[in-house]
Amino acid sequence: MATYTLQINGRRYEADVEADTPLLWVLRDHLGLVGTKYGCGIAQCGACTVHMNGNAVRSCVFPVSAIGTAPITTIEGLSEKGDHPVQQAWEEVDVPQCGYCQAGQMMTASALLSKNPNPSEEEIVSAMNGNICRCGTYHRIREAVALAATKTK
Amino acid sequence: MSTLSKPSRRNFVKLAATAGGGLFLGFSWTGSVASALEVVSDKALASGTLDFNSYLALSPDGIVTILSPNPELGQNIKTSFPMIVAEELDADWTKVKVVQAPLDTTKFERQVTGGSGAVPHSWERLRKAGATARQMLVEAAAKRWKVPASSLKTENGMVLNPKNGKKLSYGDLATAAAKLPVPTDVKLKDPKDFKLIGTAVRNVDNHEILTGKPLYGLDFYREGMLFAVIQRPEAFGMKLKSVDAAAAKAMPGIVDVVTFKNNVAVVGKSTWQVNKARKALKISYTPDAALESSADHDRIFKELLDSPEATVRRKDGDVEAAFKSAAKVVKSEYQCPFLSHSPMEPMNFFAHVRPDGVELVGPTQTPEMARGQVAKLLDIAPEKITVELTRLGGGFGRRLSADYVLEAAELSSLIKAPVKVIWTREDDMTGGTYRPAVRYRFEAALDAKGNMIGYKLRGVGMNAGNPTREDNFPSGAVDNLLIDSVDHKSPITTGPWRAPITNFLAFAEQSFLDEVAHAAGKDPVAFRLELLAKAKKEPVGEVKYDIDRMKGVIDLAVEKSGWGRKKDIAQGFSVYFSHRSYVAQVGEVAMQDNQPVVKKIYAAADCGMVINLSGAYQQVRGGIVDGLGHAMYSNLTFKNGAPEQNNFNGYRLIRMKEVPEVDVHFVNNGIDPTGLGEPALPPTGGAVANAIFKATGKRLYDQPFAEQQGLKTV
Repeated sequence: MATYTLQINGRRYEADVEADTPLLWVLRDHLGLVGTKYGCGIAQCGACTVHMNGNAVRSCVFPVSAIGTAPITTIEGLSEKGDHPVQQAWEEVDVPQCGYCQAGQMMTASALLSKNPNPSEEEIVSAMNGNICRCGTYHRIREAVALAATKTK
Repeated sequence: MSTLSKPSRRNFVKLAATAGGGLFLGFSWTGSVASALEVVSDKALASGTLDFNSYLALSPDGIVTILSPNPELGQNIKTSFPMIVAEELDADWTKVKVVQAPLDTTKFERQVTGGSGAVPHSWERLRKAGATARQMLVEAAAKRWKVPASSLKTENGMVLNPKNGKKLSYGDLATAAAKLPVPTDVKLKDPKDFKLIGTAVRNVDNHEILTGKPLYGLDFYREGMLFAVIQRPEAFGMKLKSVDAAAAKAMPGIVDVVTFKNNVAVVGKSTWQVNKARKALKISYTPDAALESSADHDRIFKELLDSPEATVRRKDGDVEAAFKSAAKVVKSEYQCPFLSHSPMEPMNFFAHVRPDGVELVGPTQTPEMARGQVAKLLDIAPEKITVELTRLGGGFGRRLSADYVLEAAELSSLIKAPVKVIWTREDDMTGGTYRPAVRYRFEAALDAKGNMIGYKLRGVGMNAGNPTREDNFPSGAVDNLLIDSVDHKSPITTGPWRAPITNFLAFAEQSFLDEVAHAAGKDPVAFRLELLAKAKKEPVGEVKYDIDRMKGVIDLAVEKSGWGRKKDIAQGFSVYFSHRSYVAQVGEVAMQDNQPVVKKIYAAADCGMVINLSGAYQQVRGGIVDGLGHAMYSNLTFKNGAPEQNNFNGYRLIRMKEVPEVDVHFVNNGIDPTGLGEPALPPTGGAVANAIFKATGKRLYDQPFAEQQGLKTV
């Protein structure tokens, strides 16, 4: 066990965990940030997506000891009031069904838009293809990413 | 650490009581009287001594609160139920709040999510509750203004006097209305006057979902709670022989390793620690039943198809004579694999077994059944067990089984501590209660004019029960018909999977009818319409589907898809009745690089009146994506009793790139609403396979299509 200091959502957190503990479980079990979801544990479904240095990463396979000082953003910190353009678009398009995968979907989408504010439909689909939605809300996710792009401009 | 906010009945009562007066209506969910209503005082609400079954509360600040009893897993019941109340109440929708109720069999009935049955069950009750409250508010306003109640109108949370333009808000009238007797004979709206029902209303939980609030079972945390994972036998047909847990017990964070039944539970302080320690277990198993492989299933299916011992499900006329006299016979077999439900939130449940009672918290589609089974297991009266419902991260039927609830309860009773049992994705995929593998043999006899004079269906399955729906179309439309089935008892466990049985039967039947239509030289739609016309004119035996409603969705799908009028794209047709609703679909396939590619699916649905257009549209589209994905890609195979896929790297779910355009239309017939959680899924496989046949001349008989045919979608 060792103590790790993490920069998450603009705040400093400490976690006393084993070095190989994935960031996902540090967030969920130790820091109470349960908005980031467990879906597969092998970086196949995208439910656990967070931002590290602004990039979308799969927290379920990212060991806490490899994070260092890299700033992390989770769904809880995507915006202060839940009004990030992606969150607004998700609400307007009424995307969620069961809702479980949507935090990961939005983290992938917001990382895409921060690098590519005006993605083509093909670029949207390509970026979002790693995130599984078992309810099948894919049409609405695609629509919401495109809508969020118009709000980002 | 965060804790899940708990919208329990107690909280709700407090919320209502502290609002300081107002109208509280208790209305009945149970019994034959659809909606007996009674005004409830806030004191009685606070004391919790009421006999009434549910509450509709209107506080002086105008907030309308309603308790929602059914588990929410993405079917959007938590939004559509209050919409029904708000419609009849003429409430201001922005002031409606909905609270998830815990299990309470003294207050509610049918606290189940399954069978697409919640809305049909509660439609009348919810409307009457809203209408009664509205009438009381109108009467309160009439008294205050000293005018006849019949001269007043309601709109958007206000009572209006059209003669002088005066207005009173519901909040202002709530306390006065509560003092009036409850009217026994309220008038419901004419559906043509509905303002809210039939519109697109967003999910009431969107904000909490989109900001990552703790909503799901896996998010639940209780101070002092332990975490557990369970190693179950890796193959169906194996049982536990011996366990060496010494190494696992010595690992950091591990509290105990407990063996019960065939389970070895690792209990500890965090999810990661128990998962790591689990890998250090040394367990040996011994077989106690057949260790079946998929190749065995293929062989067993062929034996059962020719078995002389089948259960006859339906018999009309003289089938043998019809086939003897036939000018042409069509015969085909269709097969599907086992499927995992794979909801995105894996199985999990919290249990705290104390000497004085049991607390259960988590995601289940059947809280009452889960409680009953836990009561039996622990020999505790059900009244001493509470079940709190979290939001479900999907279900698809998997959470109709309570196995994981029982595990949590048994483990908590053994370790005498609060514990959450968590299934990993691998546990979830290899842990059983699958969609059963099934094989069908269809035979059709045609006369010289291409009329279907005989029809035979045998269904054989792996723990599938009755894999036929013997009273469904085309039963009733064929003079000579025989439907029977044979079941194989397999150690592999099965259970309901979204649109049980029909999720594959519909594909097989609709593909076969397409084959028969082609053999008869008829357009597939015209062929079905001929059969329906015959069933209407000269019904054979009992007909349990509504012929006009089935024709209605066929006509709408034909119109919207331009059936038979498109030259550059291949179309396939499918129509199916399930869970009280009717859905017709047209699949469109184009050839790209010599490959059939699914480009678009049109759907025409008749679920009666649509409550929430946004939820309903997505329910149909999501059902089609689900139906397409599993028909195309998903396959759970077995080797010596063990599943050969254990996560999303080997078991394929549909992804965004593979989703075609989907165009949804509803038949607007004003009939009382029926279900929509399942009915859109069954027709999809057939619509797509029939379009692929049209494009390539190749019939698809086995699912998944892509694996066996090398097919692409978009």
